[in-house]
Amino acid sequence: MSLPARIVTLLVAFAAVVAGAVFIVVHYLGSSLEVVNYTSAASGGVVNVVLQEDPQNNSSSKPDWVSYYVQDPKTKAWVHTTLFTVPKNTRVNMTILGYDGCTPARNNFWSLVQGTIGNSMTVQQFKTVGQPVGPAQRASVRNTWSDCSVGHTFAIPSLHLYVPIASPVTALFNKDGCTDSPCTEGPHSMVKFSFMTPKNTGTFRWQCFIPCGGGFLDGNGGPMQTLGYMMGNMEVAA
Amino acid sequence: MAESQAAAAPAAPGEKETNHGLRIALIWVVLALVADLLIWFLWYPHLPPGRMSESAEHQQFDIAVLALAAAPVMIFVWTYFGYTLVNWRHRDGDDDDGPPLFGHTGIQATWIGGTAVIVLAAFVFGTVELIVPAGAGAGEGPNPVWKPSGSNLLQVQVIGQQWQFTYRYPQFGGMETTQLVLPVNRPVAFHVTSLDVIHSFWAYQLAVKADANPGVDNVAYTTPKHTGGFTVRCSELCGIWHGAMFDYGRVITPAAFQVWAKTNEQIQRQKGVLAALPPYALTYDPTVIPQMGKVLIANGITGAGGYYYPSSDPVTP
Amino acid sequence: MSIEIEPGTTAQEPAGSGPVGPRLARPWWMRPALHTGIIGAVIGYFIGHWLGNFLSWNYGRNGLSDMNDFPLVLGYVIAVVGFLAGMGVFNDLGRQVLGKPVPVAEEEEEAFGGVARYFRYSLDHKVVGIQYLVGMIIYFCTAGLFAMAIRTELLSPTYHIMSASSYLMVVSEHGTMMMMLMTSVVLGPFGNFLMPLMIGSKRMAFPRLEALAFWLTPAAFLVLLSSVLVGGFPTGWTGYAPLSVQATQGMDAYAVAFGLMGISVILAGFNIIVTVINYRAPGMRWSRLPMFVWSMVTVSFLMVLATPVLVGGLYLLILDRTVETSNYVNQLGGSSYLYENLFWFFGHPEVYILALPGFGIVSEIIPVFCRKPLFGYRVAGAGMIGVALLSFFVWQHHLFVSGINPEMRPLFMLTTELISIPTGFIYLVAMGTFWKAKMRLTVPMLFALGLYFNFLIGGISGVFLSDVPADTTEHGSFFVMAHFHYTIMGGIIFAFMGACYYWLPKMVGIKLNQKLGYLHFWTMFIFFNSTFLPLFAVGMLGQPRRVFEYARNLQGLNDWVSISSFLLGGSILIFVINVIWSTVIVREREVGNPWNSRGLEWQVASPPPPGNFEHIPVVLSGPYDYGVKDAPAVADLNPPVGVVSAAYASAGTASTGVEA
Repeated sequence: MSLPARIVTLLVAFAAVVAGAVFIVVHYLGSSLEVVNYTSAASGGVVNVVLQEDPQNNSSSKPDWVSYYVQDPKTKAWVHTTLFTVPKNTRVNMTILGYDGCTPARNNFWSLVQGTIGNSMTVQQFKTVGQPVGPAQRASVRNTWSDCSVGHTFAIPSLHLYVPIASPVTALFNKDGCTDSPCTEGPHSMVKFSFMTPKNTGTFRWQCFIPCGGGFLDGNGGPMQTLGYMMGNMEVAA
Repeated sequence: MAESQAAAAPAAPGEKETNHGLRIALIWVVLALVADLLIWFLWYPHLPPGRMSESAEHQQFDIAVLALAAAPVMIFVWTYFGYTLVNWRHRDGDDDDGPPLFGHTGIQATWIGGTAVIVLAAFVFGTVELIVPAGAGAGEGPNPVWKPSGSNLLQVQVIGQQWQFTYRYPQFGGMETTQLVLPVNRPVAFHVTSLDVIHSFWAYQLAVKADANPGVDNVAYTTPKHTGGFTVRCSELCGIWHGAMFDYGRVITPAAFQVWAKTNEQIQRQKGVLAALPPYALTYDPTVIPQMGKVLIANGITGAGGYYYPSSDPVTP
Repeated sequence: MSIEIEPGTTAQEPAGSGPVGPRLARPWWMRPALHTGIIGAVIGYFIGHWLGNFLSWNYGRNGLSDMNDFPLVLGYVIAVVGFLAGMGVFNDLGRQVLGKPVPVAEEEEEAFGGVARYFRYSLDHKVVGIQYLVGMIIYFCTAGLFAMAIRTELLSPTYHIMSASSYLMVVSEHGTMMMMLMTSVVLGPFGNFLMPLMIGSKRMAFPRLEALAFWLTPAAFLVLLSSVLVGGFPTGWTGYAPLSVQATQGMDAYAVAFGLMGISVILAGFNIIVTVINYRAPGMRWSRLPMFVWSMVTVSFLMVLATPVLVGGLYLLILDRTVETSNYVNQLGGSSYLYENLFWFFGHPEVYILALPGFGIVSEIIPVFCRKPLFGYRVAGAGMIGVALLSFFVWQHHLFVSGINPEMRPLFMLTTELISIPTGFIYLVAMGTFWKAKMRLTVPMLFALGLYFNFLIGGISGVFLSDVPADTTEHGSFFVMAHFHYTIMGGIIFAFMGACYYWLPKMVGIKLNQKLGYLHFWTMFIFFNSTFLPLFAVGMLGQPRRVFEYARNLQGLNDWVSISSFLLGGSILIFVINVIWSTVIVREREVGNPWNSRGLEWQVASPPPPGNFEHIPVVLSGPYDYGVKDAPAVADLNPPVGVVSAAYASAGTASTGVEA
């Protein structure tokens, strides 16, 4: 091949390699999950954060994977993500709606509520949105082994925060549990607890400790190991 | 070793023979001595993993001795290579070949013998340092051979799961905590196990490392010697949050430890957590839970499985 | 055992007993080559995927997890079969079965020229060598880019550029690509190209196996890269169960790719052993064999004997992930230890497969640039054999703290310490060769010196790791990372670079730019050491491997290492630029023997003609006889008739058989 032909082939090959590398970096190495920002919703040192956990999701190629959703504070829409931002040194009043049925924990120690203000949570059951079943009750232990009562947990290990999230009333869930996500109606539990965010900024991972990745060995695969489903990051910003 | 090389090299005819071997040996002895003195007096007291526990002290000593042996070896090779690069480079205009030295039995035998001696000495030393401090903090499996003497061994079970370590104290009712607290000057037996995949319990300042395998009890021993904080990190890749699977533990006075442990036990008993936990055992299989409530069994749930294997199997991990 | 040949005959004896003949004339796009291979791969993937779904449609886990690994695995496997079929690998087999004429290796060389033959299933060992060279550089650079990504993420312990799963994917891809594909980084290009020239043979024993071993490498590379599309795999290159059974679909790519590479390595090793035993020219006694060929033979035994264990272990993993067996699942009677032991029984010989060819190359280079014989030829050979033998007895040192029988640990500490004795022989040989030498610090010589420097640090740190009490702190930390990067990258990759500068003039007949070569060496050596030396401290100070968060007080060290690694990447870029600039743009011809080497491969033209030697040479002396007065030439390339039988008589060996 003549010299100009060789140079042209070289440049084309180089461009192809660079394009391939950039494509991989942009598509596969970054995170494409939205981060829900609660910092502007804070006032007076308090911010209210709302999450829900569903038995399935409609937002991905894995519809049977259990998933958390985060509520956008401004639009009140459910976003399929597990990343959210809260301000530092603030009291977070967390509300989690539990739509998913019960699963026992591998380690029943996670039945104990730890790290919340008062080391307890309040649980109220609902038949559907706006129809409570019984009063809100304060609890500091919710046994995942003795009763069909816990669906998932919400835990931020580096803050030593561990909260078992109640599952809906079993009979109600078996009859017409939510099958269309993000759930907007159907039997669910409402769990409320509070904790203080630290004084320094940082990224704090959170995860579920109930093995609910169905179809995976030990239940800890799939959604349990994928951001956007059963684990995420709480960003503490200035 | 180097001295015999002086005898090996044939002198070029008509040239006053410089004793290269002697020169190399002298440079080496001086440098190696300086290095060893620096290592022993300056570096040894600060060598990782420090002196917070008995196994840490012994590991620190072990690494210092290995460094004392390694430094002269490395300096010898570097001195020799450096000397050759300075003295025996090709001079412009000289297109002759070098002297045809194919081998020298004496030097070869000395080298082989010398390295064998160093290596075997290292083996004996390493074995002694492994046995003397009750296993040197390394995980010994379910049937440990080198145990500490004495009868007031504190038993701590380390349970690894994705992605958090928890600790159970069988001598305090089997209570479980997420933070490791230990009394100073009391030998500890760590029983490390896992509930799902392979983790590894690494208490850095205590110089204890034991892999956590599902269904296996891996025992490691140490005795904390100073109060203070230490880091616990997972050191076997266990999935996505392996890098975040770390925590901080404390070594406190025995009196404070008794207060802490008994208080925790009491709180957990009151709240019913102790009753909710499975009885203390050396390994756990969460896929079969005997205490499963009737409501769950009625719903077809007999354990904490993932339903990977078909339900016709006896258990469903 | 040397081979009888009738000098003076120009026609070759046919291969096998079937009819032979040249290939039919056809246009280039109708001949099997890479394009038909790709078509075959696509067709094969769809067939395999369909078959997998058909066989596993009613598995319960499919509905729960929305994943099914069986179609993916079968898809990969049958895609590779389709790829090979499209490349024409099975064509000659088919021809023999049907009694049609089969082309002979030597005629292939005459028939095809130009660039196109490098995209074909070529039976010419020189073409395969160049294919390997280009392939290996591509694989190395890709894995190196992943390494840059790792160090970018580790710039900060708290701010994360990548998500946790992306980081783990990158770590696993880097490690697996390097460890899997660099197994053949020296034996592939230099072994395949040069070994027949070094032993005086016109070809390899099994050219079809050799070419197959090459074409499995891009298949393995692409299968491994494809796991990026499904989120990667979270286990690192070691693939420990049960995490690997739990992982999502990217794990299948790991198992299949590593298995393919394992098969490639087994075939290549087999070919090398048979060629060296049977195809040596008359007079090429075992005691005259170049040290590089010795390293190839010992490594080939390691490849052939250790790799099947890996393939078996990965096969069990694939079974666990597809048809729901429980080989590695404790609760159902399997054991997580089973995988660890199967993997490391291969894994330890694997690292010696990576180290020994480096020793072979530097032993080849230093006599040339010292103008002295290799000191202690027998010691060097014994070192290689000793390392290879002992490497099968040390694997449990990777499992010291994992809960194995505690009394086994002093035993494995002993065997691991013992293996440092034959490893040390290479230094004795080098030191003896440098004594009163006339050293010329050319680029290949500098890389050889770099290997000695790096491997010393790597090897001594290995002694620290073999000591069980010290290993308690060092296992699973960055200390281990620094150790194996020093021995593997500081060893075989430096040797690979040196070999490129030394042998590329021979292989393609083109001079590489020496100024760029010196720049490449010095930047690579300095930044390599500045990247990996601090990692010993980072590990001893408590940072485990494969983590994306670490203690804040280690950020300074990590940042230094990351910046150095970017500069190290720059030095590799200089190498790639040098190779491309010299071979594609400038193309300055190199003929003859620029290094004045006595090696047999240098006695023929550069690049070597088809058939390597016009006549099988008779070897008259060893390749390291520098400085010997009146040393005979290394070989007689045009032996007259009587010389051959005289050579046999003096060698005292009976010759049997006819060269096929």
